[in-house]
Amino acid sequence: MPEAATSSSHSGGSHRAGGAVVVGHVPGLRHHFEDMEQQHEAGSLGMWAFLVTEIMFFGAVFAAYAIYRELYLPGFEGGSRLLDIKLGATNTAVLIGSSLTMVLAVHSAQTGKRKLIVLFLILTMVLGAVFLGIKYVEWSTDWTKGLVPGLHWAPTEEIHGNPPLGSVEMFFCFYFVMTGLHAMHMIVGFGILTVMTIMAWRGRFSPEYNAPVEVSGLYWHFVDIIWIFLFPLLYLIGGRY
Amino acid sequence: MSTAVLEAPAESRLNYLNASYGIKSWLLTVDHKRIALLYLASISVMFFIGGIFAVLMRLHLIEPQGALVQPDTYNKLFSAHGIIMVFFFLIPSIPATLGNFLVPLMIGAKDLAFPRLNLMSWYLYIIGASFALYALMSGGVDTGWTFYPPYSSIYSQTHVIATAIGVFIAGFSSILTALNFVVTIHKMRAPGLTWFRLPLFIWAMYATSVIIMLGTPVIAVTLVLLAAERLLHVGIFDAVIGGDPLLFQHLFWFYSHPAVYIMVLPGMGVISELVTAFSRKKIFGYKMIAFSSMAIAVLGFLVWGHHMFVTGQSVYAGLIFSLLSFLVAIPSAIKVFNWTATLYKGSISYQAPMLYALGFIGLFTMGGLTGLFLASLATDVHLNGTYFIVAHFHYIMVGGTMMAYLGGLHFWWPKITGRLYPDIWARIAALMIFAGFNLTFFPQFMLGYLGMPRRYSVYPAEFQVLNVMSSAGASILGIGYVIPLIYFLWSIRYGPVASSNPWGTKGLEWQTTSPPPTENFEETPIVTEDAYAYATPESTHA
Repeated sequence: MPEAATSSSHSGGSHRAGGAVVVGHVPGLRHHFEDMEQQHEAGSLGMWAFLVTEIMFFGAVFAAYAIYRELYLPGFEGGSRLLDIKLGATNTAVLIGSSLTMVLAVHSAQTGKRKLIVLFLILTMVLGAVFLGIKYVEWSTDWTKGLVPGLHWAPTEEIHGNPPLGSVEMFFCFYFVMTGLHAMHMIVGFGILTVMTIMAWRGRFSPEYNAPVEVSGLYWHFVDIIWIFLFPLLYLIGGRY
Repeated sequence: MSTAVLEAPAESRLNYLNASYGIKSWLLTVDHKRIALLYLASISVMFFIGGIFAVLMRLHLIEPQGALVQPDTYNKLFSAHGIIMVFFFLIPSIPATLGNFLVPLMIGAKDLAFPRLNLMSWYLYIIGASFALYALMSGGVDTGWTFYPPYSSIYSQTHVIATAIGVFIAGFSSILTALNFVVTIHKMRAPGLTWFRLPLFIWAMYATSVIIMLGTPVIAVTLVLLAAERLLHVGIFDAVIGGDPLLFQHLFWFYSHPAVYIMVLPGMGVISELVTAFSRKKIFGYKMIAFSSMAIAVLGFLVWGHHMFVTGQSVYAGLIFSLLSFLVAIPSAIKVFNWTATLYKGSISYQAPMLYALGFIGLFTMGGLTGLFLASLATDVHLNGTYFIVAHFHYIMVGGTMMAYLGGLHFWWPKITGRLYPDIWARIAALMIFAGFNLTFFPQFMLGYLGMPRRYSVYPAEFQVLNVMSSAGASILGIGYVIPLIYFLWSIRYGPVASSNPWGTKGLEWQTTSPPPTENFEETPIVTEDAYAYATPESTHA
């Protein structure tokens, strides 16, 4: 087992130089880290690791979707055609735009421009709100059309190819579960960005300390990427070539 | 514990226990050592609650027609026992207590990478446990710990959703702990502490954390789908609109089989520490043990189908799953052989932690070998759903994980509390637990082989002798678990003060004081040698 010694030339496996520990002199450096670099790397790795768990979380639903799509292809294609592709495409553009403003916020944090961080974070949240607003419009239209499985399932429109209604209902189960889980992640992202905006407004971030903005950005991009997969799976590959 | 050397009284030094006082200093702490103790208290409560259900079941099964409760109540008893023990005791047991306490100490760090996240994970555990206990007190749940639909989604009249929410939230508690460990082990190691100098406990915690991070989100979303089905009648597992209940089983076991390794890998890590410490000998095949932990983590994700051999899964899938299940036996066997090889020509002492370690090796070997019976397609058809399964997984989870947990708790107790416990009582309890365990569960192998199905509240009269033996063993086992509770609590106040290193073992955690200061080390240690660098006979002769 390792011996503790104060003089050694070994340094493998650690990012610390060893020796002098400066505590409390650098703003934003928490006491249990040796330096800013170690703290930054830990935060970044932590978020990437969290995103891995998120991939597994959504992955299970994507896997279930793939299995049922294979089993009930006509129902899934018919169901997909009932969705509003224009609203879906608009939302995709809105979210990609919000990813751009998020990147700009991270960049502003790295260059230490306080007002720009706040501006771009607020823009990101506005675009996120537009997305959720459009999503709400879509969902309420689905409700009036009787396309909500379990709660209000009475489709009145003609469904392309006349597939068995049960398999169309299954498609909508996935549609609501997947877009619902995605929307919940957006709402969590809202909370995170609100905290970031307040911190940025108070001037907490500097070129030396901006990891929270960067890490929040990772999360926001991840939620966008989920949508980038959802949009074609739900709206596009329904036989509407 | 005769090797203890009295130093300055623990009270005179500032340590993590006396650094601050009051309930608030505990509930708002971000110190990994205090959070470990919060977990220790919480999971101990859950363990004894889960234990009460086991006692009631064994009492009931003394008579063929059932001695105690109605069949419906019996269903709730085994469900509650399984849910509490698996999700609220075994899964958090070693990682959340010993892991939380030891990971930073063993790698020479001041704390885990995310201390506030660590505290949050404890609160999530408490919230999850509260949901589960609420479900129990308001009438219980009768689905078994596996929540199979369509029973759980459509037919059960019990508190499925509250329980599922509890398991879901507790799952996020373990995800956060795992994430914390992974980042800490990657980024916070002391200078000189390379990957292959890490204690094997750290390797085991790392492998466990990887499984938790990859597996737990899947059960989480599966329970969301189940709750949506029950509540909103969204029918992803509902056969009426073409849903497949087997899909639930696939998703459930995709997590819950790896969860077996979440439970046993930390135990293997503890045993690696104990065997080398009480043999006074460098561990045999360090790298093989480290790699076998990672191999178990990977292979563990590829074998879930062996829980579904008789469910209508394709026979060819069954063949592959059977083969892969046999493959997992290899890294497990590597560990057992390496531990026994470490004992060879070691300077072995039989203190209480070592008794648990030796118990683990024997019981885990039996549990593992009977697992091979169940991984074989043909024998599984006969044994599936019988008490053979019950005995098998108790040999792994109780004979394995629980023995390792208690062994580890006894080993690190002087470090955690700064106090010594009475060794003679500890040895008596260890032997009682070993004897009681075998008397409880060995008859269940025979019952299962003879065809007694699990989860039944009545049985044919010819099975009574073996059932009474099992119940008798359970009462010995129960007493064996209460004895450590008593002397551990006693030792906190009255136990002799422990030195920094009462066992005279290697390891960074033994180089700081007992109990450690809040910052763990006065100055960051620098590591210059391999783990377990005990003097070899050759080097002492030279």
